[in-house]
Amino acid sequence: MLKVERLTKTYKAAGGPLTVLRDVTFELQPGASVAIVGPSGSGKTTLLGLCAGLDRPTSGNVILAGESIGAMNEDERALVRNRHIGFVFQNFQLVPTLTALENVTVPIELRGDSGRAVTGRGRELLERVGLGERGDHYPVQLSGGEQQRVALARAFMNEPKILFCDEPTGNLDGDTATAMVKLILDLNHEKKTTLVLVTHDLELAKKCRRIIRLRSGLVVSDEMI
Amino acid sequence: MSFILKMAWRDSRASRRRLALVSISVVLGIAALVGIASLGDNLKRAVDDQTKSLLGSDLTVTSSKPFPEATMAHFKTLGGELAREVSLASQISFPTRGNTRWRGQVRALEGNFPFYGELVTSPAGAMAKLGAGNNAIVEDTLLAQFGVQIGDEVKIGKSTFRVIGALKKIPGEPAAVAMLAPRVYVSMASLEATDLLKGDRFARYRVHFKLPVTTEVEALAKTLGEKLKNQRLRFETVEERKKQLGDALKDVFSFMSLVGFVALFLGAVGVASAMHVYVRQKILTVATLRCLGVRARTAFAIYLTQGCAIGVLGAALGTAAGLSVQALLPKVLKDFLPFEVDFFISWAAVAKGAAAGLVICVLFTLLPLLAVRRVSPLLAIRSAQGQGDNREDPVRLALFFVIAAAVLGFAVLQTGHWLPGLAFTLAMAVSFGILGGVAQLVVLASKHLLPRKPLSYVWRQGLANLHRPNNRTLLLLLSLGLATFLMLTLLLTRSTLLGKIESVAGGSRPNLMFFDIQDDEILRFDAIVSANGAPVIAQAPIITMQIASLKGRAVDAMLKDGHAGIPAWTLTREYRSTYRAALVDTERVTAGKFIGRVTPGEARVPISMEESLAKDLQLAVGDEVTFNVQGVPLTAYVASLRAVEWQRVSPNFFVVFPEGVLEPAPKTFVAAVRVASMADSGRVQQAVVKELPSVSSIDLTLIMQTIDNIFSKVAFVVSFLALFTIVTGVIVLVGAILTGRLQRIRETVLLRTLGATQRQLRQILLVEYTVLGVLSAVTGGALSIAATVLVAKYRFNTTAVIPPLVLLGAVAASVAVTLITGLVTNRGVANTPPLEILREET
Repeated sequence: MLKVERLTKTYKAAGGPLTVLRDVTFELQPGASVAIVGPSGSGKTTLLGLCAGLDRPTSGNVILAGESIGAMNEDERALVRNRHIGFVFQNFQLVPTLTALENVTVPIELRGDSGRAVTGRGRELLERVGLGERGDHYPVQLSGGEQQRVALARAFMNEPKILFCDEPTGNLDGDTATAMVKLILDLNHEKKTTLVLVTHDLELAKKCRRIIRLRSGLVVSDEMI
Repeated sequence: MSFILKMAWRDSRASRRRLALVSISVVLGIAALVGIASLGDNLKRAVDDQTKSLLGSDLTVTSSKPFPEATMAHFKTLGGELAREVSLASQISFPTRGNTRWRGQVRALEGNFPFYGELVTSPAGAMAKLGAGNNAIVEDTLLAQFGVQIGDEVKIGKSTFRVIGALKKIPGEPAAVAMLAPRVYVSMASLEATDLLKGDRFARYRVHFKLPVTTEVEALAKTLGEKLKNQRLRFETVEERKKQLGDALKDVFSFMSLVGFVALFLGAVGVASAMHVYVRQKILTVATLRCLGVRARTAFAIYLTQGCAIGVLGAALGTAAGLSVQALLPKVLKDFLPFEVDFFISWAAVAKGAAAGLVICVLFTLLPLLAVRRVSPLLAIRSAQGQGDNREDPVRLALFFVIAAAVLGFAVLQTGHWLPGLAFTLAMAVSFGILGGVAQLVVLASKHLLPRKPLSYVWRQGLANLHRPNNRTLLLLLSLGLATFLMLTLLLTRSTLLGKIESVAGGSRPNLMFFDIQDDEILRFDAIVSANGAPVIAQAPIITMQIASLKGRAVDAMLKDGHAGIPAWTLTREYRSTYRAALVDTERVTAGKFIGRVTPGEARVPISMEESLAKDLQLAVGDEVTFNVQGVPLTAYVASLRAVEWQRVSPNFFVVFPEGVLEPAPKTFVAAVRVASMADSGRVQQAVVKELPSVSSIDLTLIMQTIDNIFSKVAFVVSFLALFTIVTGVIVLVGAILTGRLQRIRETVLLRTLGATQRQLRQILLVEYTVLGVLSAVTGGALSIAATVLVAKYRFNTTAVIPPLVLLGAVAASVAVTLITGLVTNRGVANTPPLEILREET
């Protein structure tokens, strides 16, 4: 499902080139779940960005759902994201001017689909995350946990083959975080989605079947649990 | 509905009011363009509809001498109908009103002129009764000014007439003419009975033709011109009048459109400034959408749709407002239009005005929107701004060229010429360049030059706001500076024009002029005015003459064979020249040497010619000119060229002869005196008229009043147009500060959370807005001084008048408006609990 080959990312910085990721290689099968852990500045988020096609690698390649995204231009990668990928961000990143339901249905509407079937599916997903009654509410009218659940419903709207979560519980309190993690894993299991989870929370990481540890841009361990 | 439209609509939810407010910035600019364009079409239609009444005839022939019998006989063979008219300037006085005097234009008519259009009098049909005795029809405004009633007497020359009607309107002559030279109609027979046409008095003789419909008028005018070229006649046809009028109207409308365009341009800058802030606030949304698979061009299209919606809303509101403006404009311009204008909506003009507004608005909106194309989806997971694409955007550069080309295209289309269009565009570009440069300097200075340590926190924070990321220094300086520049330029130009008029009769300059003093009356005249306490300040003999040949080439031959760019009127006109020994204080020699006296009988007489006339006649120092002085040829050469201040009230002349040549020629005199008051003026005039009844006079204080009246009307038109720019400037200012408020709201809230008092927050704002307000006002002020100096020198040929008080007042007002608007619009932020604001603005 995801093949990462000798991935390197270097940024131009004031003091000279700064390599934040070096020669990272790994492969994920469909339905797998992996946690990428490491301290701040280890390159976790950069790796997630490259895997999801949000940025171009300096060298190396990413093959996602059989498509090599390294050579693609920005628009082609946008299409890949829309077809195959779901996102859950630490800061939820809901569009503030859209209602919860509209936020959820954006990925499908983007394909040109709309109408009752799409709305129905959006409501269904909101029910699934426990917000069936809150579809018409705007993000400011929802708590942090609720916003993250809307984000999760949105992530599953396009039935992604792979779900990227960037510190999904980073802005949530303990109980809400636990409930959120359960939801992510349940949905992952239910929909048979490949899961890539970036976190510095080892307890959360242990809920995945594989953990890749990063330090200073290098993979220091890659273990199955 | 497509995804783009749907998202554009949904995304605008929280900002619709704000976006609508943004669109108001361009409403007035578009309103001005639409209103002016549509009225332009109204006038064009009016000119076409009322073509014949613009002249009142098919053909009018004018001469400075009575038409010879043979010529009149020839005219009568042309078929159709003809009417004769004689007009001359003369003193008009009203015995029933204490002999109040005014210099007017006396006209006598014989025939049924006007053949087209209507000469409107009150009571109607008064013209028909003109011949039944010594009757006169007098300009309505003149009757009203002196409180003269129908039935009262009016004295013209030595004859007394009875006022039988008020003249309301003459086809083809604007009302403004009446203010300068009020018209009085009498019958031909009664005019001939006065002594006005005797002696050397200047009069115009006209024959108006109503020709059979089959006559080719243009061809006839040409044939007559050829046949009668020795008589130096002027031929006016309807086509020619229409062209002159069309050209004049085009000039007026070009000017008005450019003023309207400045308002639009300023509004568009306001839109760009607001959209810049708006787009910055949308970056995370764009990044998130990009993560969800939205392509760069789709994201761009979403916000472009919103930008276009602003333009369309602005254009729609602007068009509606423009139609109201169109309805108002004829009232504003009524004294300057020679005909009635029917109000109708010219949809083609409306569409053109609205389209121009929409294009400019959208082009300016594109500038900040281009950034949306380059928002990286990575920003959704990384908050660092530095991850953005910092490469120079070639599309942005191209867009600047497109905007410049659009502005140039508009200006050239409006003015009809490349040069003024280019000058307008360059002026705008230079203003932007200077304001942008000052903004950069402010940013650099606040960053590197200001001493931080001795300053209090409030000062440091306020000054740091000028250079920190997301600062609005450039945007505020551009919009505030440009608004100040435009407003102040209009104010200073007004002062300059007023100053020019003031200089005409201020100080110890003459303010009462006497004309037509005969040769044998001049000594008595001097004695009368001196005895009445108003000694002569300037006096000059006037001898009428025409040019017979230039550099050895006969004028008649030149008129026949072509005169290589020399305007015909300079060859055919009658020159009222003088002679004197020295220069006067309204003139100076620019080339050659002024010779004040020659020995009588000199073969070639050295003359001094006014420089612009010499240029028209293509003469240089040393060139020969032969004059026909009332039948006697006189050979002269150009000994010197003079620059003359024509606007100064003094006897000024195109051609000045030396003493010793023209003394024996028949001549009249003109004299200028200064009187202390209106009462003195009346007393001196009456004393002169009592003894010398043929002498006429002009009281310049009255003329000043008239000019002031006309100028007030012009100033009203200019102010009306300036209002669009000024109000747009204020809207842009409020918009800029409001968007600034939203931009700064989070940090204000943070400061409040950290314990900053309202007073401290206000002081921080005060520091920032004072610096920006003062710098914008000063830069705008400096630009306006430069613009006024250039406009004064090259457009009005005068010196700029920059009253320090006006300048200071405008700068202070600009700073005050900035501060008040800044503090008022930010007031809510400091008064509301932080949490409430955070929730509202999320």
